[in-house]
Amino acid sequence: MEPKLADYKTDVHNDWCPGCGDFGIVNAIQMALTEMKIPRHMSAIFSGIGCSGKTSHFVNVFGVHTLHGRVLTFAQGAKLANPDMTVIAAGGDGDGLGIGAGHFVAAGRRNVDMAYIIFNNAVYGLTKGQASPTLRLGEKTKSLPNPNVNEAVNPIGLAIASGFTFVGRGYAYDVRQLKDLIIAAIKHKGLAFLDVLQPCPTYNDINTRDWFAGLDNVDEITQKPKPRIYKLEETGYDPIVHYDSESEVNEKLTQALIKSSEWDTKIPTGIFYQNELVAPYEERIADRVPNYLENPPAIQPISSDGKSITDISKILDSLEV
Amino acid sequence: MTWVIGGPQGSGVESAANIFARACAMTGLQIFGKREFYSNIKGEHSYFAVRVSDKNIRSNVKGITVLVAFDAETLFRHVDDVYDDGAIICDSDLAQIKVDEVPTLDTLFKSRLIEHLSSKNKELSVRGLLEICKERDITIHLVSFKNILAALAEDLQNPSVKNMFRMLNVLAVSISLGFLGLSSRPLLESVEAIFHTKPKIAELNKQAANYGYNFATAKFPKFKYSISDIQKKSKTFIVQGYQAAGLGKMACGCRFQSYYPITPASDESVFLESNEVFDVKNNRPGSTLVVQTEDEISAIGMVIGSALTGTRSATSTSGPGFSLMAEALGWAGINEVPIVVTLYQRSGPSTGLPTRHGQDDLMFAIHAGHGDFPKIVYASGDVEETFYDTAKCFNFAEYFQIPVIHMLDKFLASTITTCKRFDPNLIIIDRGKLFEKIEKDGYKRFSLTEDGISPRSKLGLENGIFWNTGDESDEFGHISEDPINRVQMMNKRASKLDLALKTITKEDQAISFGTAEFCVLSWGSTKGPILDAIDMLKKEGLNVGFIQLKLLHPFPTDRIKSLLKETRIIIDVEANQTAQLGSLLNEHLDKKVDYYILKYTGRPMTSTEIYESLKKILQTKAEKIQVLTYGA
Repeated sequence: MEPKLADYKTDVHNDWCPGCGDFGIVNAIQMALTEMKIPRHMSAIFSGIGCSGKTSHFVNVFGVHTLHGRVLTFAQGAKLANPDMTVIAAGGDGDGLGIGAGHFVAAGRRNVDMAYIIFNNAVYGLTKGQASPTLRLGEKTKSLPNPNVNEAVNPIGLAIASGFTFVGRGYAYDVRQLKDLIIAAIKHKGLAFLDVLQPCPTYNDINTRDWFAGLDNVDEITQKPKPRIYKLEETGYDPIVHYDSESEVNEKLTQALIKSSEWDTKIPTGIFYQNELVAPYEERIADRVPNYLENPPAIQPISSDGKSITDISKILDSLEV
Repeated sequence: MTWVIGGPQGSGVESAANIFARACAMTGLQIFGKREFYSNIKGEHSYFAVRVSDKNIRSNVKGITVLVAFDAETLFRHVDDVYDDGAIICDSDLAQIKVDEVPTLDTLFKSRLIEHLSSKNKELSVRGLLEICKERDITIHLVSFKNILAALAEDLQNPSVKNMFRMLNVLAVSISLGFLGLSSRPLLESVEAIFHTKPKIAELNKQAANYGYNFATAKFPKFKYSISDIQKKSKTFIVQGYQAAGLGKMACGCRFQSYYPITPASDESVFLESNEVFDVKNNRPGSTLVVQTEDEISAIGMVIGSALTGTRSATSTSGPGFSLMAEALGWAGINEVPIVVTLYQRSGPSTGLPTRHGQDDLMFAIHAGHGDFPKIVYASGDVEETFYDTAKCFNFAEYFQIPVIHMLDKFLASTITTCKRFDPNLIIIDRGKLFEKIEKDGYKRFSLTEDGISPRSKLGLENGIFWNTGDESDEFGHISEDPINRVQMMNKRASKLDLALKTITKEDQAISFGTAEFCVLSWGSTKGPILDAIDMLKKEGLNVGFIQLKLLHPFPTDRIKSLLKETRIIIDVEANQTAQLGSLLNEHLDKKVDYYILKYTGRPMTSTEIYESLKKILQTKAEKIQVLTYGA
């Protein structure tokens, strides 16, 4: 039977604020899973803590709502124990780039074959709007007593520097593009990162839907707003590392980094960087443990009639004198 | 007979001790060894004490029969412990070294040493110290290792041997064994075994061993405490604590281990990775995936993720790492995820004494994590037990769907001992209510059941989709703040502790080694020293009972009460300052602890110390709290 979009939705009441960008992201995830026809039981969504953390309850696949900042650790453990699963990690910008920043960098180095989506709205919504690691220096969103005193982290740049082999950005109100990006991220062999710009209608009164649409920035001649969001693929940008040479890799990394620093008037979306020539962690393990992918931890038999079937006799022999 | 070898970290103390222990074990003798070292890579003082006996031994004792010193510091730190009829073997060049010339002597120790030498009007040097030893009738053999290497070089017609100071460890062991009168065959076989991957080096070391052995037998008169080969019937099994835990994990089907490097826990993970691929009966080869993570938070997160796929999963850590795991432990508790945390205790707080022993984390393990959630805290008492208990911990974790903290410690981890060969056939694997197949939709991961245990699905299982959350949840695993549901779920989880007390066998809760009017209650690695101490008392006609607690949380009140019926005086023995088990006993039992024997120097207890302390208690000459301090 063809899977339907409805199959991937739960009937859990969604308590996000009206107009929240999160709705677009969860829709795009459900659409991507439907389009890819991934069996529900072969997919798991891990989420962090915060508004975005509730995502896993709204999708009708295995859903693991973890701890603040730790989503990548749970997700990697599951994926490595059962590499047949399609694993998506989802979390907020504070979750992944504040409290979880160490795991973000370490995950990049591992390059486990899964997708990580950050719902980036520059505020800690569920605790009433404090500044998150992606809020710009000097900006004062609604509930801040003073302008933000920290510089913002560059999520795309950090992902690139950490070794993520797929780095992209979506916009929560462009669900069609976002769905395509999520599909590309899942299909990517290795760790894919998607930075999704997600306006928080309640606490972020600066980076609003209107601001992204450029309503504050009208063209003097046409009198039309100049949208900040644009798509990299429409500019002839090629994010893919085609062959394994230092100069090719450096060129693609550099252009991605340059693009990642655009913000005030032009904000690129799409795939910034993709390199499938780097072996995913699972392949690195398979180089050591030849049958790892066919016989991963989750499917290995360990007992027969309640008795151990692991043969440790050789090691025990070596301990005898 | 206790043989101690000491020298700067990195000088081959450990491999020397391994060769010595193997050689003795090969002849059928029992050995019990422990390693002590500073938090340092090269240069600081480290030593290995190996006790050898033709009888069953489970501990170290006070005192040294033969001290072998690679450096002056070893002499400075240990000669006081050498028995009056014991012996010292060291390099003749060391005699002239003055106290001030040893930079690794810390000021605290140095001032005590200077006071000691001055009080006896001795020169502040090794020579001065050795004069005291002579006055005590200690046998002293000064050996010029330089000359031995030169002679060996000539013998082998290989001039480069002259400078092979790396072979000093093999020379020291072979001279020791020659001196002690053991036959040379086991020595040569153990050298061969230790260097078996490098045939050329093995050959050279064997030649050195032969030379050293013959040198000692020719030059040294027979020693009072000589040891001789035993007629052995079968092979002797010799193993270290961390290997026991690792082998237990392999045998019981743990297929995922994540860890962050920390002393004294990492050895186990490295052991697992070194043996990551293995044969499986009637099946294709199996493997353990060992992942080194960025920190302990990630280590426990990965363990939980892996456990959710139905994989038996564990992490190993020590106190500082376990502190970081506390939040995720609660997540595993509320989501009823079976995980095992092997907690190798060391002396805290904070970094504490990072390479030293302690049993400081009992209360922390029991209370780790915020909020009320059930967990099991289980402690092993010796190396052999560790193997079987490791497997039991996974059964507890899966049967009760609960996090299990398996308490070990630095003493257990680094103990090397002879014991009965582990028998994997004795291991039972009970995975509890784990589904392999679910027929129809509508699965509820946290269904309310009579016994509080919900049938468990796993990631990847058709019709078994579930949700987990660190929030309180309904039967499906979706967030629920409903007050009635909250109480039902809290009670369901808490009921597993009662179930555990009903289900875990009495023998697995606590072991009685005989009860008496005076009875020792203890937990963990104090077991061996206590048993040896009780044997020493028995020889004098004194009877002391001993109950070893293994299940520490939930507390096995009924079991302990039933064992204490004949006991009038309760003696708590443990390696921490605040008598953490003692406070549990006082909380749960009708009787209060009468005496405490505690040690928190960072060094494990010796049986001699416990013997002395128990004797004082039996003679009613003891203070309520006796604090032990022996050991360099």
